[in-house]
Amino acid sequence: MNQHIILRVITKILIAPIILFGLYVQFHGDFGAGGGFQAGVIIAVGFILHALIFGLSTTQQVMPMWVVRTAACFGVLIYTGVGVYTMLNGGNFLDYDFVSHDPVGYAVAGQHLGILLIEAGVGLTVAAVMVLVFYGFADAAGLFGTERD
Amino acid sequence: MMEFVMLHLPALQVVVPMLAAPICLLLMRGGLAWMLALVTAVLCFAMSLLLLQQVIETGPISYHLGGWEPPFGIEYRVDAMNAFVLVIVAATSALVLPFARRSIRAEIEPSKQALFYTVFVLCLTGLLGVTITGDAFNVFVFLEISSLATYVLVAMGARRDRRALTAGYTYLVMGTIGATFYVIGLGLLYQATGTLNMEDLAVRLQPLGDLTSVRAGFAFIMVGLALKLAMFPIHAWLPNAYTYAPSVVSIFLAATSTKVAVYVLLRFMFTVFGYDFPVVELSLSTVFLPLAVIAMFVASAVAVFQTDFKRLLAYSSVAQIGYMVLGFSMASVTGLTATMVHLFNHAAMKAVMFMVAGAVVYRVGSTAVASFAGLGRQMPWTMAAMVVGGLSLIGVPLTVGFISKWYLILGALETGDWIIAFMIVASSLIAVIYVWRIVEVAYLTPAPEGAKPVSEAPLSMLIPMWTLALVCIYFGINAELTASIGQTVAEALLNGNGVSPAVAIPEVVPATDGAMEGAAP
Repeated sequence: MNQHIILRVITKILIAPIILFGLYVQFHGDFGAGGGFQAGVIIAVGFILHALIFGLSTTQQVMPMWVVRTAACFGVLIYTGVGVYTMLNGGNFLDYDFVSHDPVGYAVAGQHLGILLIEAGVGLTVAAVMVLVFYGFADAAGLFGTERD
Repeated sequence: MMEFVMLHLPALQVVVPMLAAPICLLLMRGGLAWMLALVTAVLCFAMSLLLLQQVIETGPISYHLGGWEPPFGIEYRVDAMNAFVLVIVAATSALVLPFARRSIRAEIEPSKQALFYTVFVLCLTGLLGVTITGDAFNVFVFLEISSLATYVLVAMGARRDRRALTAGYTYLVMGTIGATFYVIGLGLLYQATGTLNMEDLAVRLQPLGDLTSVRAGFAFIMVGLALKLAMFPIHAWLPNAYTYAPSVVSIFLAATSTKVAVYVLLRFMFTVFGYDFPVVELSLSTVFLPLAVIAMFVASAVAVFQTDFKRLLAYSSVAQIGYMVLGFSMASVTGLTATMVHLFNHAAMKAVMFMVAGAVVYRVGSTAVASFAGLGRQMPWTMAAMVVGGLSLIGVPLTVGFISKWYLILGALETGDWIIAFMIVASSLIAVIYVWRIVEVAYLTPAPEGAKPVSEAPLSMLIPMWTLALVCIYFGINAELTASIGQTVAEALLNGNGVSPAVAIPEVVPATDGAMEGAAP
C-alpha cells in the first residue's frame, strides 16, 4: 500500500474521528440509541482500517495480541465485577441502586454509574473481540507471525 | 459470609464460573488455569448441593436480578427439577477436571491449554445459566454461551484428529439452526403474550391454545430444542462431535449438554405450555413417542457396527436419549420419574464410559475397538470400570441402568402398553451386543504380537472414573434419593402445571424515587 498515498493520508485523518464517534455512541447509550455493543464495533473498525492500509504487523505494534486479549478479559471482569460489588453492598446481582454506598438518595446516581460501568465493560470486550477475530482471519496462514494460540 | 452466600446462592451459581473464565485466560499458564477451573467447579458443585437442599426444605427459590420484580426483570428460579440438573452439571465438571489435567496435557498443545480451561469454564457457566434461569430469553443467551463454547471445545480435538474441525463446524451449523428456531418460537410467543418470564408465559398462554401463531411457536421451540438434545432423526451432529472432541470434552458433553437440553424441553412442555395445552398431548403421542422408540432401536443397531469406541458410545447416547424422550412422552408420573432418574443415571454411566475412552487414548493413543485387545490384563481397573458402565448401559440389576428401565417399563405397563414395555427390553438386548463386543476384545483377545506393553491409567484418572462407577452401582442398589427427587419433579410438572408459589428472597428496598432509567446493556 506504500504507493497509495491518498489512502494512507485519508486513513490517518479518519482513524481519530472513527474512535471519537465510537466513544460518542458509547456514551449516548445513556440517553438513547447507542451503547457498548455498537460502540465496540465502531472502535474496532478504527484498528481494522489501520491494519488494512498499513499492514497487520504495523497494527500489531500499536495493538499487540496480548493487549487485545487482556482487554477482552477485563471487559467481562468489569461487567461481572459491578454485579459482585452491588451484592457486597447489600443489593441483588447487578442492582445498580447499590453501586453508590449509601442507597438513600444515591440510588439515581447509582443507576447512572452502574449502567455506565457495565457498558464500558461491554464496549471494551466487543472492541477487543472484534479486533481479535480480525487478527485471526487476517493471519490465518500465520504469515505475520501473529501469536497463534 | 455464609449468610451472604446463602442469600445470593442462585446468582453466585452462575457468577462464580463467569468470573473465573476471564481470569483463567489472564493466567495464561495451563497448570494455573486448571487449578482455578478445578476450584471453580468444586465451588459450583457445593453451591448446587446447597441449592438442592434448600429447595427440598423450603420449596422453590426466586432470585430477582438487578432487583427488578419478575415478570419485568430476569428471574432466577430454582425448583427441585433444575436444582437436580444443576447438581448433575456441576458434579460432572468437578469430576472431569481432576481427570482433565493429564488428558489435556497429552491432547492439547501447551499454548492452548489455558484457553481450553477458559472455554471449558465458559461452557459450564452457560449450562448452569440455562438451567437456573426462569426467563425464556435468558435461556437463549446462556444456551448460546454454552453452545459457542462447545463448538470451540469440539474443534480443539484437531490435534489428535483433523476431522474434529469439520465435526465442530457441522455442530456449529446445526446448533445455530436449533438456537434460531428456539428464538423464532420465542418471538411468536412474545408477540402473543408480551412476556418472557416462564411463569408469566404459563399463565398467559393458557387461553391462547387455539392461536395458530402460538402453536407454531410451540413447534419451533420443540424442533430447536430437539436439535440441541440430538433427538432422533436430527442427531446427525452428535456422533462426529463426540468422537473427535478431546476426551475430556466428550465426557463433559455426554454427561451434561444433552441433559440440559432435555431439561429445557421438559420445562417448556410441562411448565410453560402445560400438559393441558392442545398440541402438547398430540405431539407427545404422535411425534415424540414413535421417534423415541425408533431411536432406541436404530441408534443401538448402528452402535453395534461401529469400529470406534467413542463413536459407538455416541450412537449409544442417541439411543439413551430415546429412553429419556420415551419417559416423558408417556406423560405419566412414572414416565416422567423415569426421565428424571435417567438424566442422572445416564450422565453417570456415559461419563464412566467416556472416561475409559479418555484413559485408553492416554495410554494407547487410539479408541479403535481393535486397540482394546489385551487391555483387560494390562489396564484391569480401567476395563473393570468399563464393564460397570457397560452393564449400566444394558440395564443389568444392581446398576443404575436397571432403575431407569424399571421405571420406564412400569410407566409403559401403567398405560397398558405391553408393546412399548417389550420394546424397551428388546432394545436393551441390542445394548448387550455392543457392550459385549468391547468386553470380548478387551478380555478375550490377546494383545497383538510385538505391541508395546501398556500400563494402567494414572490415579488422577482412575479416581474420578471409579467414583462414577461406584455412583453407578450405589444408585443402582439404593435409588431412593434419585427416585424420590424424580417423583417430586414429575408430580410438580403434571399437577398444577408445575407452577408453585416461590419463596422470594427478601430484598432491601432502597428509598428511591426516579431509579427507573437504567437502559438494558
